[in-house]
Amino acid sequence: MIFESIQVILLVGIVASAFFALKNTDLVASAIFLAATSLLLSTEFYLLQAPDVAIAEAAIGAGLSTAIFIVAITKTERWENGKK
Amino acid sequence: MNKGLSPIVKNVAAVALVPITVFGLYVIAHGHLTPGGGFPGGAIIATMTALLLISFGTSWVKAIGKERLSMAESLGLVGFVGLAIMGIGKSFFNNFLVGQGLFFGNAVAFGPNPGWLGTAGLIPLMNMAVGLEVFAAISLIAITMFTAEVSK
Repeated sequence: MIFESIQVILLVGIVASAFFALKNTDLVASAIFLAATSLLLSTEFYLLQAPDVAIAEAAIGAGLSTAIFIVAITKTERWENGKK
Repeated sequence: MNKGLSPIVKNVAAVALVPITVFGLYVIAHGHLTPGGGFPGGAIIATMTALLLISFGTSWVKAIGKERLSMAESLGLVGFVGLAIMGIGKSFFNNFLVGQGLFFGNAVAFGPNPGWLGTAGLIPLMNMAVGLEVFAAISLIAITMFTAEVSK
């Protein structure tokens, strides 16, 4: 029972953080929400007994892609459509 | 050129550098025993490169050199394919080292994983080649992104 409830909380968190990553006009906040999605997804992979995929997801999704997104944002514009 | 962040961030990044690198090397070296392997380990070590780029700026990149990183990437790929070709007497990817008692050459234990590092023959060596290749490639991507000049 507790296993299923943890998974429901994780899946709701994944969907909610992906929704906020789409809806935010601040692109830095969107990148952070994408990192949160990735971290929750790697926890879900670990709970479903795929630790190999979980390690790759945590290293690439939460670590590297966030850094690359943030660099791309600092070199272009922070706000979507140029508005605050 | 980017000068990097404050001295506090630089010191914390310098402290975190060694554990991150050692953990990535651990994931690569235990690739045939535990979850992980060449690709996740190389990606973990490349996270260290991104951390260095963010905290210390891009002034140290010229001392490393993109050509040397590209050379390391090619070396990893050539090592992987070369190790695969070395067993061509029987077949491609033939694990000729296992069971001979040489380097990494002990037989794999049956049953639960006892954690013996010196087993599995070619697989740890191929993990090391893939780890070197992935580390160099992702570091190259990060360095190219950080040092790109943007015309607004």
